[in-house]
Amino acid sequence: MTGAEEPRLSARGLVKRYGHVTALDGADFDLRAGEVLAVIGDNGAGKSTLIKALTGAVTPDAGHIVLDGRPVRFRNPLDARRAGIETVYQELALAPALDIPTNMFLGRELRRKGVLGTVFRMLDKPRMRAEAARNMAELQIGLRSLTSPVEDLSGGQRQGVAVARAAAWARHVVIMDEPTAALGVRESAQVLALIGRVRDRGLPVVLISHNMPHVFEIADRIHVQRLGRRVALVDRDTYSMPEVVAIMTGALRVEDSTAVVVDEAAAEAAGVADR
Amino acid sequence: MTSSIKMAPPAPPPPMAARTIWRRALSVSTIGPLAALVLACVYFSLQTDRFLTGPNFSLILQQVMVVGTLAVGQTLVILTAGIDLSNGAIMAFGSIVMTRFAVDGGVHPLLAIAAGIAVCGLFGAANGLLVTRVKLPPFIVTLGMLNIAYALTHVYSDEKTVSKLPPMLTALGRTFDLGGTRVTYGTVVALVLFGVFAFVLGQTAWGRRVYATGNNPEATRLTGVPTRRVLLAVYTVAGLVYGVAALLLVARTGVGDPKAGQTENLESITAVVLGGTSLFGGRGAVLGTLVGALIVGVFRNGLQLTGVAPIYQILITGVLVILAVAVDRISRGRNR
Repeated sequence: MTGAEEPRLSARGLVKRYGHVTALDGADFDLRAGEVLAVIGDNGAGKSTLIKALTGAVTPDAGHIVLDGRPVRFRNPLDARRAGIETVYQELALAPALDIPTNMFLGRELRRKGVLGTVFRMLDKPRMRAEAARNMAELQIGLRSLTSPVEDLSGGQRQGVAVARAAAWARHVVIMDEPTAALGVRESAQVLALIGRVRDRGLPVVLISHNMPHVFEIADRIHVQRLGRRVALVDRDTYSMPEVVAIMTGALRVEDSTAVVVDEAAAEAAGVADR
Repeated sequence: MTSSIKMAPPAPPPPMAARTIWRRALSVSTIGPLAALVLACVYFSLQTDRFLTGPNFSLILQQVMVVGTLAVGQTLVILTAGIDLSNGAIMAFGSIVMTRFAVDGGVHPLLAIAAGIAVCGLFGAANGLLVTRVKLPPFIVTLGMLNIAYALTHVYSDEKTVSKLPPMLTALGRTFDLGGTRVTYGTVVALVLFGVFAFVLGQTAWGRRVYATGNNPEATRLTGVPTRRVLLAVYTVAGLVYGVAALLLVARTGVGDPKAGQTENLESITAVVLGGTSLFGGRGAVLGTLVGALIVGVFRNGLQLTGVAPIYQILITGVLVILAVAVDRISRGRNR
C-alpha cells in the first residue's frame, strides 16, 4: 500500500479544549481502506477525545474530518452512525435480558411486509433471526442458540455479538474502544481474530487499546497519540514494541521516519537507547 | 503429615448447566405465577363447591379488572425500571372528571369519557416529562403526582359522590350471557387491553425498545434509540390506560367516587410483581400481570368462600409479594 492512497477516514488539525485543558492540540488522523489501525497513547494523550470527535460524541473546536473524500460534521453519535461509522464500546453495550437478534436490530428493527407491518407495526422476527444468524456465521461466531438472552453468553461471545452488530451496520468504518479490556486471555484472542475477519471483509477498523501485545498482534499501522497530537503513524513492522512505547512516553521522537532519542535515560530504561 | 498433601479429589463438574436451566425456567417469568394460580384454583375448588362455578369466576374477573387495567399501565412503567405510585389517584381524578362533566357539565357522555381519559393521559405525560426532562426518580415524581391528583380529586368533586349518571357511562357494567354465565362488557374491555399490550410489547419495535430501555438505558441510547422519547411515551400511554380504568371503575360502581383509588396503586404493583415482572426493569410480560391480578383475586375470593377472615387475605398477599420478588432476585442469579 502506498501512502498516497486516499484515506477512508481522516482528520486534520483537530482541537478540543475543556476550559484550560487542551485535550486535542491540532491532532491529525488517517485510516486507510482495509487496515486495522491501532490508536495508542498514555492516559491524557487525547486518545479518547480523538475517538469521540470521530464518532460524534464531542464536537471539535477546530479542524475538520473527511469521510471517503467528503467533509463531515457530526453533532451526535447518531450522525456518525448514519454516516456509516459504527462503534463498539468498551462496556459491553448490549441489553443483557434480550436475545441476539433483538440486540442486533435494536433501533433498526425490521417489520413484516404488508398490513401486518405497516398498520400493526409487527416485527419480522424470523427475518431478523435469519439475518442475525447470517451475520454471526460470516464472522465465524459459533453459538448454540440465537434466542437465549445475551446474558447467558460468555464475555467473549457477548463482545462477539457487539462486533457482529457493528460490522453488520457499518458501511465505512468500525471503531472499537478497548474491546478486549474486560476479557480473559482466550476470549481476547477470539475477539482479536474477529477483528481480523472484519478487516478481511473490507471494513477498516480503528482499535483503541492499552494492550501492546494485542496491538502488535492485529494492527497494520499504529497511530501514537501524545499530548493532544499524533506524534507518529508507523507500520507495525518498522518499530519494536519497546520503541513504540518509548515514542508514546516521549523518550523517542520520530523525525523523517527515523526515531531520535529525546530523553536518553528514559530511552535506556525502555531498552531502546542503542537505536 | 502426609495426609495433608494428598491429591485433591477431582473437582465435580460445575453445576453451571443445571443452574442455567433452572434460572431460565424461572425467568420465563409467567410460568411460575401461572402454576401458582392453577394450584390456588385447585386448592380452593377442593375446599368448597362454590368456588369452581361460572358466576364465581365472572365475579372474580369483575373484582380484579379495575386493578388489572391499572396494572397494565404499571407494567409498562415497571418494565422501564420505573414505578408509578400515582395511578390510583389519577384514575380517581379521571372518574370524577368523566362523571362531573356528564352530570354537572351537561357534556355528551362520550365526550365526558374522552375528557376523563385525556386528563389521565395528561397526568401520565406530566410524570413522563418530569422523569425524562427534569430527570427526577420515578418514585418521587409519582409520589408527588399521587398527592396532587388526590387533592385535585377532592377539590373538584367538592368531596361529594357524583351520582345519577347517564347510562352510557355505566354501559360497560352491563352483562351478556356466555355459556350461562353473566359477563360484564368491562371485563371484555380489560381483557382486550391485556391482549393489545401483549402484542405491542412482544411483537413491535416499540415494545422491544421499552424492554431495552429498562434493561440497559445507556446501551439502548447508544444504538440510536431515543430512550427519552420511549420513556415519555410509556408514561403517557400508561396514563391513558388509567383513564380506561377510570371508565371501568365508574361502570362497576355506578358513581363517581372521590374516595376511590386509594390503595389501587400498591395493588397494581402487587399484580405486576406477582406476575413475574422484574422491578429492576427489562424483564416480564403483561400477560404475567393478568395472572398476577388473578392470583390476588382468586386468593381473596377463595379465602372469603372458605370463611377466612379478610385480614388474612392481606397477610397472604404480603407473603406472596415478597416471595415473588425473592424469586426474581434469585433468578437473576450472580449474572449481574
